[in-house]
Amino acid sequence: MSNVLEVKNIEKYYGNKSNLTKAIAGISFNVEKGEFVGIMGASGSGKTTLLNCISTIDRVTAGKIIINNQDITKLKGNKLNKFRREELGFIFQDFNLLDTLTAYENIALALTIQKVNPHEIDKRVKEVAKKLEIEDILNKYPYQISGGQKQRVASSRAIITNPKIVLADEPTGALDSKSARQLLESFENLNKKLGATILMVTHDAFTASYADRIIFIKDGKIFNELVKGNDTRKQFFEKIIEVQTLLGGDLNDVI
Amino acid sequence: MLFKLSIKNMKKSFKDYAIYFLTLVLGVAIFYMFNSLDSQQAMLDISASTRNIIKLMIQMLNFVSVFISVILGLLIVYANNFLINRRKREFGIYMTLGMGKRQISKIILFETILVGLLSLVAGLIIGIFASQFMSILVAKLFEADMTEFVFVFSKDACIKTCIYFAIMYLAVMIFNTITISRYKLINLLTAIKKNEKVKIKNPILSILIFLIAVGILAYCYWKVTGGVQTLSTADKMLPIILLGIISTILIFWSLSGFILKVVQMRKSLYLKGTNMFVLRQINNKINTTVISMSVICLMLFMTISVLSSSLSLRKTMQEDLKEMTPVDLNLYKTANLPEKSVNAYGREIQYTELQREDSRKLVSETLKEYGFDMNNLKDVVEIPIYAINDVTMQVSLGEYFDEAKAQYSMLSYDSVETIIKISDYNKIARLYGLPEYELENDEYIMLCDFDSMKPLRDNALKLGTKLTILGKEYKPKYDESKEGYILMSTSHTNTGIVLVPDSCPLTEEYKEQYFLAANYNAETEEKIEEIEKNFVDEDSSLVNAMEKDGILLDGFTKIAIREASVGIATIVVFIAIYLGIVFLIASAAILALKQLTESSDNKQRYIILRKIGCDEKMINGALFRQIFIFFMLPLALAIIHSIFGIQFAISVMSGLASSEQLLPSVIATVIIIGVVYGLYFLSTYVGSKNIIKEEE
Repeated sequence: MSNVLEVKNIEKYYGNKSNLTKAIAGISFNVEKGEFVGIMGASGSGKTTLLNCISTIDRVTAGKIIINNQDITKLKGNKLNKFRREELGFIFQDFNLLDTLTAYENIALALTIQKVNPHEIDKRVKEVAKKLEIEDILNKYPYQISGGQKQRVASSRAIITNPKIVLADEPTGALDSKSARQLLESFENLNKKLGATILMVTHDAFTASYADRIIFIKDGKIFNELVKGNDTRKQFFEKIIEVQTLLGGDLNDVI
Repeated sequence: MLFKLSIKNMKKSFKDYAIYFLTLVLGVAIFYMFNSLDSQQAMLDISASTRNIIKLMIQMLNFVSVFISVILGLLIVYANNFLINRRKREFGIYMTLGMGKRQISKIILFETILVGLLSLVAGLIIGIFASQFMSILVAKLFEADMTEFVFVFSKDACIKTCIYFAIMYLAVMIFNTITISRYKLINLLTAIKKNEKVKIKNPILSILIFLIAVGILAYCYWKVTGGVQTLSTADKMLPIILLGIISTILIFWSLSGFILKVVQMRKSLYLKGTNMFVLRQINNKINTTVISMSVICLMLFMTISVLSSSLSLRKTMQEDLKEMTPVDLNLYKTANLPEKSVNAYGREIQYTELQREDSRKLVSETLKEYGFDMNNLKDVVEIPIYAINDVTMQVSLGEYFDEAKAQYSMLSYDSVETIIKISDYNKIARLYGLPEYELENDEYIMLCDFDSMKPLRDNALKLGTKLTILGKEYKPKYDESKEGYILMSTSHTNTGIVLVPDSCPLTEEYKEQYFLAANYNAETEEKIEEIEKNFVDEDSSLVNAMEKDGILLDGFTKIAIREASVGIATIVVFIAIYLGIVFLIASAAILALKQLTESSDNKQRYIILRKIGCDEKMINGALFRQIFIFFMLPLALAIIHSIFGIQFAISVMSGLASSEQLLPSVIATVIIIGVVYGLYFLSTYVGSKNIIKEEE
């Protein structure tokens, strides 16, 4: 399988000479087409910075990020915007739905700003709504629907453009456990049935257990990597917890 | 320390201050411009012979200025309030750091003083330069003579402006202190988190209301144009005005819903770029701004109508004037003065022998006697005007008197009628280019061209009212009063002249006045002015000599009438422009501030747009369209209102103004509105762009 995302030895520094913070200190990994990858780490580990760099919101200090054979660290200005619009899909923790627009319009907006033919838009919105089972709430406003529904609307918006990779930042962070489970099931659905490539950042072990592979980050470096392989989710979850315990701190830290 | 903080704050939030600053600067500039009118070059030239009218204008402008300063004061407080609200969080942080409310008030005090001083200086500089430009404009508009350009600075106006604005700033300071003292820390810190709930209106209801409102408006429009005859009195207009206001409100209430529904039906338009987002933005915001939108629309409507009709009124008056001043000079004096008489205030007046002797002479004889060279005049026509004690208005109205008295009780019906012999009148008519008349020995004609008086005269004549003059009865030749006058004035003001046949036995003793009409015997401007000076100049030897002997010679000159009328037109136009521009500033500023307030609420939405991949160009485009539509909606409706409003004004001025005359004034109005409104629009756009660009 071909690599959709190649992260090659990237570094990201903040601050100036006298006070340098290394948010990312050399990370490399690949994501294959159709993969569902989770990134885990405690707060301050650099996972959000990593996601921001991949999603072109932030720039790396060194290294290369190649998405679909294109080095995005070299893109600038409008090309960057175009790339983000057409090749990436985003799902945010706080949904980021426009409260003035209906669910239908929120999903359609992702296509209209790409100047897609209006007749095609209608067809595609209905198609994706069917897959995520939100057809009956399409004409409702965000304040009229539940958190889980909101996140599914946001997911629909993220995948309707057929992005090369979907980037999800703590997608279950604002959801109760039932809604979170529903959302993650629909992620699985997207990944398995529609072949969407998903890169998800989370600190929650349960959420992470839905992924195929998990990359653990600590202090700006890759700390560990877990592959689900043929494990059941329960087994995988237990493995995650184990790593997390390790991640929590070395014995040396506790004196 | 606090002062430093103030300056830093100003620098930091300069773009927030833009609208506030713009309003202050424009306010100061306009205030200075209109209050410095009296000392301007153009005004000085006009005022040479119309000092009183200029004085009146200055008085009225002073009066209006007080009103204007109240409006500006309220506006400044409103704008300032917006700034304070935007900075709630900042104040909250100061307070958590242990700063007292008093100290915060001090910071704001410094800021207000700083902004006040800056805007006062900037406004005065702009005002001083703009007033130079205005004096050129004034000279052009009023055909005033402006031979050389002199840079004028009015110290009085400058001081006045400073004092007025100082008072306004003081009001702002007091207001701020009160606002700050009421704040609670928790509210300050959480101020930003409060979210407005999105209200959605039923689209079907919106469409229905919109159609109804359009229907009502169409009815109003028809009433003031096609059906204007039905609006004869002011109380019949009131319902139309009320309906107009209601339908305006309803239109703003339903418009966004209506547009949204219509555009939604056209998928290709709706699902294109950020159209959907912009429409929803407008739909969302317009709900909360129905009343202010309506007020702004009506204010703009007033501004447009007042500006264009008053500018065209000036032209109308000037054209009317040419028709009403056919000769250069009218002079008259009382004939047959008695030994003594009682004046209007009940005081007895003794006349000297000299005065009584002179009162039996023609005007031209008097002039000659006091050394005036009659060769200075040409086309001289002199006629006697008669009056008989028992021929009063009451008599000439005949049977119609009772009805007239019931309707117009204020008229003095016992005043005597002016009587002129037909051949005498025809001489004047020939000179003036008015229609001449003929009479049989038992007929009379009534001349009247004063609009309010004409119906009374006509009604009496329709009844065939006969007049008995010196024992002989005369019947009316026509059943309506005819056009004509002998005394020039600024407009048609002849309330009644009775023309009788030459055979009427009017002897010397019934002569009331001697009247003279003539043109100046001069070809060049200088010569005309020289002759004119004999009659109007304070130092004229002719006037002084007559005054010394108590000889009262009254009259009008063409030049004096025209100048006086220019003065009246000037007052009307200037006050209208003054008020109009201030209203315009007020509407634009309120609209701008509303937009900016909402932009801070909208920040989150634009951030989302950016996150889902909109580039800056798209976002700015969406913002631009949103603000543009917001500014254009009230203006567009106001323009439609004005098209009909101005037509109504034309018909009320009864043919005094035509649409051709209107065009230049409409163009002038468009320029004024374009500049002021445009400035506010641009600074709102820049300000909003800045707000949505801010880092999270």
